[in-house]
Amino acid sequence: MLTALVFAPTAVAVLLFALPRRTSPTVFRVVWVVMSAVELALVIGLWAGYDSAGGMQYEERARWIPSAGVGYHVGVDGLSLPLLALTGLLFLACAVYSLRENRRIREFAALFLFLETTCLGLFAALDLILFFVFFDLSIVAMYFVIAGWGHRQAARAALKFFLYTFIGSLALLLGFIGLYLAAEPHTFDMVELTEQNPLAGRSVYGALVLLAVVVGLAVKTPTVPFHTWLPPAHVEAPAAGSAILAGVLLKMGTYGFVRIAMPMLPEVWRRYALVLVVIGVVSVLHGALVALAQTDFKRMVAYTSVNHMGYIVLAVGAAAATADGSEQARSLAVTGAVTQMVSHGLLTGALFLLAGVLYERGRTYDMGAYSGLATVAPAFAAMTGIAAFASLGLPGFSGFIAEFQIFTGSLGPRPLATSLSVLGILLTAGLFLRALRQVFTGPLRLPDAPGTPRVFPEIRAHESAAVVPLLVLAVVLGVAPRFMLDVIEPASRSVLELLAR
Amino acid sequence: MWALVALPLGAGALLLMAGRRADRAAPGVALAVAVAALGLAVAAAFRHPSARAPFLDGLPVRFAVDGLSGLLAVTITAVTLAVLLFSAAEFGAGEARARFFGLMLLFAGSMLVTVTATTLPVLLMGWEVMGATSWALIGYWWRDPERTSAADTAFLTTRTADLGLYLAAGAALASGHDSALSLDGLARAEEPWLSFVAAGLVVAAFGKSAQLPFSFWLSKAMQGPSPVSALLHSATMVVAGAYLLLRTGPLLDASGWGDDVVAWTGAATALFLGLVAVAQTDLKQLLAASTCAQIGFMVLAAGAHAASGGTLQLIAHAAAKSLLFLGAGAWLTALGTQRLPALLGAARRHPAAGVAFTVAALSLAGLPPLSLWAAKDVLLAGALESSPWLYATGLAGAVLSAVYSAKVLWYLWRPAVPRPDARPIPGGAVAPLVLLAQACVALTPLAFAPLRDSVERVLGLPAGIEPSPHPWEFALSGALALLAAAVAWAWGSRQLPLPQRAKTGFRDWLGLERVAHVLLVGPTMRLARAATAFDDRVLDRAVDGSASAAVRLARWTDGVVERAFDGTVGAVAAGTRALGRWSRRPQTGQLHQYLAQAVAAFTVLAVVLVLLR
Repeated sequence: MLTALVFAPTAVAVLLFALPRRTSPTVFRVVWVVMSAVELALVIGLWAGYDSAGGMQYEERARWIPSAGVGYHVGVDGLSLPLLALTGLLFLACAVYSLRENRRIREFAALFLFLETTCLGLFAALDLILFFVFFDLSIVAMYFVIAGWGHRQAARAALKFFLYTFIGSLALLLGFIGLYLAAEPHTFDMVELTEQNPLAGRSVYGALVLLAVVVGLAVKTPTVPFHTWLPPAHVEAPAAGSAILAGVLLKMGTYGFVRIAMPMLPEVWRRYALVLVVIGVVSVLHGALVALAQTDFKRMVAYTSVNHMGYIVLAVGAAAATADGSEQARSLAVTGAVTQMVSHGLLTGALFLLAGVLYERGRTYDMGAYSGLATVAPAFAAMTGIAAFASLGLPGFSGFIAEFQIFTGSLGPRPLATSLSVLGILLTAGLFLRALRQVFTGPLRLPDAPGTPRVFPEIRAHESAAVVPLLVLAVVLGVAPRFMLDVIEPASRSVLELLAR
Repeated sequence: MWALVALPLGAGALLLMAGRRADRAAPGVALAVAVAALGLAVAAAFRHPSARAPFLDGLPVRFAVDGLSGLLAVTITAVTLAVLLFSAAEFGAGEARARFFGLMLLFAGSMLVTVTATTLPVLLMGWEVMGATSWALIGYWWRDPERTSAADTAFLTTRTADLGLYLAAGAALASGHDSALSLDGLARAEEPWLSFVAAGLVVAAFGKSAQLPFSFWLSKAMQGPSPVSALLHSATMVVAGAYLLLRTGPLLDASGWGDDVVAWTGAATALFLGLVAVAQTDLKQLLAASTCAQIGFMVLAAGAHAASGGTLQLIAHAAAKSLLFLGAGAWLTALGTQRLPALLGAARRHPAAGVAFTVAALSLAGLPPLSLWAAKDVLLAGALESSPWLYATGLAGAVLSAVYSAKVLWYLWRPAVPRPDARPIPGGAVAPLVLLAQACVALTPLAFAPLRDSVERVLGLPAGIEPSPHPWEFALSGALALLAAAVAWAWGSRQLPLPQRAKTGFRDWLGLERVAHVLLVGPTMRLARAATAFDDRVLDRAVDGSASAAVRLARWTDGVVERAFDGTVGAVAAGTRALGRWSRRPQTGQLHQYLAQAVAAFTVLAVVLVLLR
C-alpha cells in the first residue's frame, strides 16, 4: 500500500514518456491532475485507517543491500502522516495551478510526479540510506524544475541550490555512516538505530555525528547561516516549483530533526540543545528582519520561510530541556513544531502560488511597481490578504495554532530565547501589512515595462482552485485542529520519551 | 453558549465570503444577527451557561458567562445593534456593504469571544482577531493611503502589546500550577513567573486600551468610518484591556506591584489624555482622546480594587461614547466636516440628533445626576482608599472631562452659520441616537445604592468589600464638574494663554507616535537593512566566494598538480623510450659485432662467477 503510494507517480511519469509525441498537452495535464488526486485520495485513505495510538504502521520491508545493512523499510507514524498528507495536497494544488502551463508540459508533469515520489518516499522512509536517496533525488528533480522552467537567472540559482544542498546532503551521509558504524550489528535501519541508541556514552563521537547530521539538515531547512541558497532559488523558480520547494522540501530538514537527530542521538542532542535554540532564535529574527527590508514580493516570502522554520528549530531545541519535568510544555513545543511544518507548507504554498499569479500578470515581483490592485482584482487581493494574515500568525488560522504551541511550550525551558523570538511575529505582521498596503491598496498602478500588458485580469478559476483549498484547510486547522493533533501528539510524546533516555 | 459566539462570527464570515453579491442583503442579515445575539446575550447573562471543547494538548477551549462577562456581553450586543442600525441608514448602496457588515459582525463576535473566554489561549484568539478586524475596518476605504497606513499603525501598535499575552501564556504554563491556563488560576503562579504573567497581561491590556504610552494608535483609528469608531471606542476593542484587568484583579493583587502600576497608569492617562482632548479642534480626535481618558478611569478602577465602579463606568461610557461617535458621524455626512469651528450650530440645525448628542456629552462631562458622574465616584472611592494623590489625579481627570465636553457643546449650540450644502440626517440614523440617549439616562440609577449593590452581587463581589463613596465625594465631584463645565462654556473658543509648545504637544497627542517612530520603527528598519546587507555582502558572498574558490582550486589543480602528474608520466614515458632507443643500439644486424658482444658478455659473466665464488 505504502510502496504503491510512493512509486505510483513515478510509474505514471514513465508512462507519460511512453505516450506518442503528438499527444495533445491536455492529456498530460489531465493525467497529472488525476494522478495527484489519486495520490491525495490514497493518503486520505491511509489517514482514515491510521490508529493514532498505534505507533508505526503500514510498515513494509524488503531486502535491498543486506551486505551493507541497507534495507527497504517504510512506515508511517504521527510525525510522517501529516507531512504525507501535506505533500499530497500541495502536489495536487500545483498540478491544478499548472493547468495553463504550456512549456514542455510532458516533461514538467513527469518531473513533478517524480518529485512527488521522492517527497512521499522520504517521509515514509525508515532506513537511513533510503532516506538519503530520496533526499538527494528530490534535489535533482528540483534542480531541473528550476533550471528548466524558471525565470531569467534560473540556471545560476538552480546550480547554487543544487550544489549547496548537495554538499549538505553529503554531511548528512557522513553522519549516517557514523551512526551505522557505531551500531552493533551495523545497520542503517532507523527503527533499530532508535532502539539501540548506539552513541550512548560516547560524547566526542556522538558530537561529531550530531554535527554532521545537523549541518546537513540545517542546510535543507534552511537555518541561518546556511540559508542563502533559498532566496535566489525561490525568486527564479516557477510558481509551482517554489510552492513545492518551500512547502515540502524545506520540511525534509525539520522532519529529519524529529525523526533522526532527536531519537537517535538523545544524549548529545540534550547537551547541545542550546546551540539549536540559538540558531532558531537567530533564524527567526534574522529572517524576519531581512524579509522586512525586501522590495521583491517573492524574495520577501522566501525570507519569511527562514523565519518560520526558525520557530521549529527553537521548539525542538527547547524541548530538550528536561529540567523540572514540564512534560506538557515540551510536548506542546514538539507538537507545535510538527504543526508548524504543516501550517507553513499550506500557507507558504498558497503565498508562492499567489506570487506566481502576480508575476504572470505584471512580469515583475517588485512591489513598488504595483499599487491598488484590489480595484481590478478583488478576489486575488482577498486571497493574498487572507494568506498574509494567516502567515503572520492570526488566530483562526493554522499558523497561530503552531506558533502558540511553540511559544507556550518553549517559554518555560528557554525564557529569554522565546521572548526574543516572539518579536518575530511582530516583524512578520509589519512586513506583510506593508506589502499588502503597497500592492493592493491606494490608487491603481500597474508595471509599465515594455511588453507587459497593461490590464491585470482577476485570478482565474484554476488558480483559485489551487489556492483556496490550501487556505480553507489552514482555517480548518486553525479552528478545529484536534483531528490532526490527535495524530501528532502521541508521536511527539514518544519522541520526548526517546529523547529522555 | 456556542451560539452566542458562533452566530456573529459565522454570519460575519459568510457575509465576507459572499462579497459584493450580498451587498443588498447585508444590512438586513447583520441586523437580524445582532438582534439574535442581543437576545442570546441577555439569556446568557441570566442563565450563566458554559461550554468546553478539546483544543490543544491539555488546553481546552472553555467559554462561560458569569456576572462580569454577562454584563459585558449584553453591552456589546446592544451597542452593536445600535451601531448597525445607524450604519444601515448611513451606508448607501454604492459601498461594499457586505464587507462592512461582515467585518462589524466578526469584530463584535471576537469581542464576545474575548469576554466569555475563561482560558488564556481562547481569550488571546478573540483578542487578536479583534485587532485584525479593526485593521480591516479602519482601512475600510482602502483607496486612501492615509487610512490604510493608519490601520497598519493601529494593528502593529496593538500587536506589539499583544506579545505580552503570548509570553504570559507561556509563563503561566511554565509555572505549572494550572495546566489549562484558566484566567482565575493565573494568580496562583509562583514568582518569578507570577510577575512575568502579570507584566505580560498588563502590557497587552494597556496596548489594547490605548493607555499611556500606546495611546496614539487611537488617534489614527479615527480614519475609519464613524460607525467603526462608535463600536471600537465604546463596547469593544479599547475596553477589552480594561475588561482583562478587571477580570484578572487577583493576579494584579498577588503580584504585589501590578495594581499600583495599573492604577497610576490609568490615572495618568485620564489626566494627560484629558488635556490632549481639551486641546483638540477636531470633533472625532477630541472624542478619541476622551476615550483614552475615560478608559483610564476603568483601568484605575481595576488597579484600585473598585471592580464595580470600573464596570459601571465601562457600561455607562459605552452607551455615551457610541452615541457621541454616531452623532459625529451623522454630522460628518450631513455637513461634510468634523472640525469643531466648522460645526458651529450643528445641534440647532439637527435638533433631534443635537439633543441626543447633548445627553451623551453631559453624561461624559460627569455632570450630576447622569451615570458617569456617579460611576466615577464609585471607582474614585477605591482610589481614595489606596492613596489620596491617586484620588486627586482622578478627580483632576474628571474635571477635564467636564471641560472638553462643555467645549464640544459650546460649538454645537452656537447660533448656526448658514450652510447651503447641508443635508438632513436620515430618520433611520436618528433613531439609534435617541435609543442610546435613553440608555444613557436609564443607566443612571445603577450607580446608586440599591441597584449598585445588585451590580456588586451580579459581579460576585461579597457585599461591603468594595468601598462606597461618601456623600461629600458625590457633592465634590458634581460641584467641580458643574463649575468646570460652566467655566469652559463661558470661555468659549478663546485661546488658552499657554506656551505654543505645550499646545502643539497636547494637540499632537504628546508626540507619542513620533517617539515610537524614532525609538522603535526607525531602528528596526535600520537593523533590517543592516541584516540584509550582512546577508547579501557577507553570508551570500562567502558562499559564492567558496564556490569560486573551489573553481580556482580546480583550475590550480588542473594547471599545477595535474601538469606535475602528467609531466611525471611523460617523463617516465620519455625515459622508457630512451631506454628503448639505447637497447636498439646493439642490434646492428652485423654478425661480427654480435660475436664481439657475446665475447664481452661471457667475459663479464665469467668474471662475476669467479668473483661470486
